Amino acid sequence: MEGIAAYMERPVSNTESGTEETEQKEVYDVVMIGAGPAGLAAAAAAKEEGAGRVLVIDRDSAGGGILQQCIHPGFGLTYYREELTGPEYAGRFLTKAADEQAEFLLNTMVLEINPAKRTLLCSSQEHGMMQIQAKAIVLAMGCRERTRANIRIPGTRPSGIYTAGAAQRLINRQNIMPGKKAVILGSGDIGMIMARRMTLEGAEVTAVVEIMDYLAGLTRNRVQCLDDFGIPLLLSHTVTKIVGNRRIEGVWVSQVDEKREPISGTERYYPCDTLLLSVGLIPENELSRTAGVETDPVTGGPVVDQHMQTSAEGIFACGNVVHVNDLADNVSLESERAGRAAARYAAGKLCRGLRERADGQIPCIAGENIRYICPQRIAAPAGDEDVSVYFRVSRPDRDVRIIARLNGEIIASRREMRVNPGEMLSLLLPGSRIAAGELTICVMKE
Amino acid sequence: MQEKRITCIVCPRGCEITVIGEGKEIHSIQGQQCRRGEDYAGEEFICPSRILTSTVLVHNEGRKILMPVRSNRPIPREQMRPCMEEIKKAQVQGEIHRYDVLIPNICQTGADMIAAADMDWM
Amino acid sequence: MYHTDIVIVGAGAVGTAIARELSKYEVKVLVVDKRDDVGGDASKSNSSIICSGFDCPPDTLESMLCLAQRSMIEQLVKELDIPFRVCGAIMPAVTKEQYDLLPGIYREAYRNHVYDVEYVSPKQILEMEPEVNPDVLGGLYIPRDAVIDPFLFVVAQAENAACNGVEFLLNCQVTGIGRGNGKIETVETTRGTIYTKYVINAAGLFCDDIAEMAGERDFVVKPRKGQFFILDKNTPCKISHIIYPIPTPETRGKLLLPTIHGNILLGPTAEDLDDKEDHSVTAQELEGVARDCRRLVPNIRVQDAVTQYCGLRPNRIPAGFHIGLSEQTKGYLGISGVRSTGISTSLGIAKYVVNMLQEAGANLPFKFDYVRTRKGIPCFREADMKTRMALQKENPLYGKVICRCETVTEAEILEAIHRPVGATTVDGIKRRVRAGMGRCQGGFCGPQVIEILARELHIPVEEVNKNLEGSYMVEGLLRGAGTGKGGR
Repeated sequence: MEGIAAYMERPVSNTESGTEETEQKEVYDVVMIGAGPAGLAAAAAAKEEGAGRVLVIDRDSAGGGILQQCIHPGFGLTYYREELTGPEYAGRFLTKAADEQAEFLLNTMVLEINPAKRTLLCSSQEHGMMQIQAKAIVLAMGCRERTRANIRIPGTRPSGIYTAGAAQRLINRQNIMPGKKAVILGSGDIGMIMARRMTLEGAEVTAVVEIMDYLAGLTRNRVQCLDDFGIPLLLSHTVTKIVGNRRIEGVWVSQVDEKREPISGTERYYPCDTLLLSVGLIPENELSRTAGVETDPVTGGPVVDQHMQTSAEGIFACGNVVHVNDLADNVSLESERAGRAAARYAAGKLCRGLRERADGQIPCIAGENIRYICPQRIAAPAGDEDVSVYFRVSRPDRDVRIIARLNGEIIASRREMRVNPGEMLSLLLPGSRIAAGELTICVMKE
Repeated sequence: MQEKRITCIVCPRGCEITVIGEGKEIHSIQGQQCRRGEDYAGEEFICPSRILTSTVLVHNEGRKILMPVRSNRPIPREQMRPCMEEIKKAQVQGEIHRYDVLIPNICQTGADMIAAADMDWM
Repeated sequence: MYHTDIVIVGAGAVGTAIARELSKYEVKVLVVDKRDDVGGDASKSNSSIICSGFDCPPDTLESMLCLAQRSMIEQLVKELDIPFRVCGAIMPAVTKEQYDLLPGIYREAYRNHVYDVEYVSPKQILEMEPEVNPDVLGGLYIPRDAVIDPFLFVVAQAENAACNGVEFLLNCQVTGIGRGNGKIETVETTRGTIYTKYVINAAGLFCDDIAEMAGERDFVVKPRKGQFFILDKNTPCKISHIIYPIPTPETRGKLLLPTIHGNILLGPTAEDLDDKEDHSVTAQELEGVARDCRRLVPNIRVQDAVTQYCGLRPNRIPAGFHIGLSEQTKGYLGISGVRSTGISTSLGIAKYVVNMLQEAGANLPFKFDYVRTRKGIPCFREADMKTRMALQKENPLYGKVICRCETVTEAEILEAIHRPVGATTVDGIKRRVRAGMGRCQGGFCGPQVIEILARELHIPVEEVNKNLEGSYMVEGLLRGAGTGKGGR
């Protein structure tokens, strides 16, 4: 573990201090953009798969990504079979990546990807503008939070309105308390976790308000973050107006009908000095756009195959940049696949991009009560490799069977006691049964 | 006799478990799908406890670092607030590595608050 | 206590333009504003158009000043390095009734001396702007209507005025005007008494209150609220011209335009209110903006909004531009009735006001060392590779990106703070360099901006405001409060 600090600080030798675009570039086999759970797992896996130089780039001053501020427990239950906090979970992967001799370039922002040359244009305080050459690129930028504008909350525009993640960063990394009395809109996981966090720090959380008639996040978070502290959860409610011209002074909350329209006469005023928004996450794909990769309108992330390769050859993607996960453990597993595939690609063992393989592709089609499937396409034949597919349901249900059909024939299925849009599901498809055609996944009542 | 409905949080499945018992005596546990769920429901009935996580300000070589900390074992739920008071007051000097004990035996719960991260990486 | 020659009340577009104009002369000028920053209210929250004046009420002061400004603006934006683009405007008629109104509008443009307005056919319109409603029957093309960064328009003039000796007192509310012997003597403010010879009332929405203090109130100002949407730069439905609706007798209607920074703007509404502090956006009105704009550009994607905001236009009753010196109180100059064309007439107003002072005998000798130019903060996002490398060589903080949506570096943020009339608030930074203006709306960079402001202004984090006093961003330090500033 002692060597880690050295790796973290290893500078990438700067190019000549000329003013021309750099001729000289650092060359890597695999470059990860993002040092969060996705980038770290992909880096370690790429190294294990035999990749030569592997680089992880991040804009933050430390590795770990969002896990650094996720100081709560609940990580690692499936991956490590023990319960860890975010920083510990990140720490294990940092150790792993560093032990595998992956290199880190921190405090560095990737500005552009050139998909044809597979170069990255970066900027940092230490090195200025930099070009990095990669044989394979792994997009691991994670996601961002939906804002007030995305959900159009009427009212004034005072201070004191934060996304839950911004508040989490303030409290857990910057040592700053955003407010004393909060209402939380949205029952996403970060929102509930922040309800507990603020309560433990002495703030009063008067309500968690959810427009849907079911919880957006995980049940465990409702139990441990809301129920434990007696914080009311108002399902089928929403904030209809923000009040206050300087600092927020309160919000009006209404019950909503089946069409999610406020029901008049149910308005109630909640005084508060803080409104936290936990109203969903969106994959952060600005860079993917510069790389010209095809995106899925439902997930908001790149379309990928089972190797997590995007439509741009040699560019892979994993984690929340592809589709928003509820568990970091799933991100790690998915990212290891991406890292391994990227290493194989860099070594010339996985040569074709999605676009070139149109004939050998199996589209994954979302059937009854399935919102999306990841990967969106399976490159066939899959050979002996089994293929994991991940998906979310559109609405909650109980006692159901999830069925995967290839050309009408059932190739995998599983019973579920309950399914919830907030919890991602997966099925393992036997590689031996994957052949050209069309894959459909659906949820059927048992 | 007391009946408690408990939502299991051991895994994301979230089983609804019903525990019947009295005080520290448990008569029946129903609705769980695994052994871990059964253990969880039993503990939750007798003495609900949680891993407590927070932050402690660490001073080292003129730098102030907000160190994430966790209890190394679950803390009874009703002890969480007194523990938080102690955590808020705590200030630690020196170089801290992951799993270093920052507050031993917090509020006589038997649990230590330990560092969840390594200062070198922050 | 302050001593000056001229006090300008209001640091919006009009007040700041007058300040810059007066800074060309050897005279002491003090600008006061009750807000935390220059930019006023209507001056920062508007549709960002520099209008050629084609649709002003003809033969009015407003029409004359609009025309006068259009002749000066292109020189000014060069001198002061203000983002400005002459994109031209299209006014499409989509119904027969609207089509029948075109000749009247055309004639009005002629009467306003805007001779370059032309009729355009449906085919021409769709060639120029393919996303316009294909049912378009015809329209007008207004080639010189332009878009500007309305906030930088004010900031640039304020900085330039400050460099030439004008002083700005912000967070400073006027509470009274002292008169004696038939002339202005003092201006009382929340930051003390100012002794002065002249008061120029450029207080916009509150100019009736200031007029009242000077005993000059023969009108009232009611706020007319305008709500806007700003769409993400990546929204697929793009336009390259200002698209005006055909005006009705009540309102100019809701327009669409490509902003100077590459977003699309929709709005405004026109809601007559009584409350001058009502800055709320409403679901119903915003839905109206979306609906009306879809009539002009059917594919516009309102769901791609990155923000909504509103501005309050000062609606004078009785209406009309009024600029004049008081006859009872020597030294008082009132400006009222500047409503929708404020940023389009402000330069004209400034010239008009200074001329009026000179004619009334004010001693305004020209300042020989007057600096007429100002450079904007170099923008990393828009710079080419060579410029970026040069900027970073000069200041390595040009390599440190703080706002990832808009690619704003720490160097730009620091300069926004440390310039004359610099940013002291989160919104001040956002408006000067666009940190927090993008799709995450400050979710990522906001927490860092708070720390940068606290560090640079040497204040505790809890004293960092979003904008006005009282709009504090955070409660304070969590651990170790009182043991020094800044957690990390």
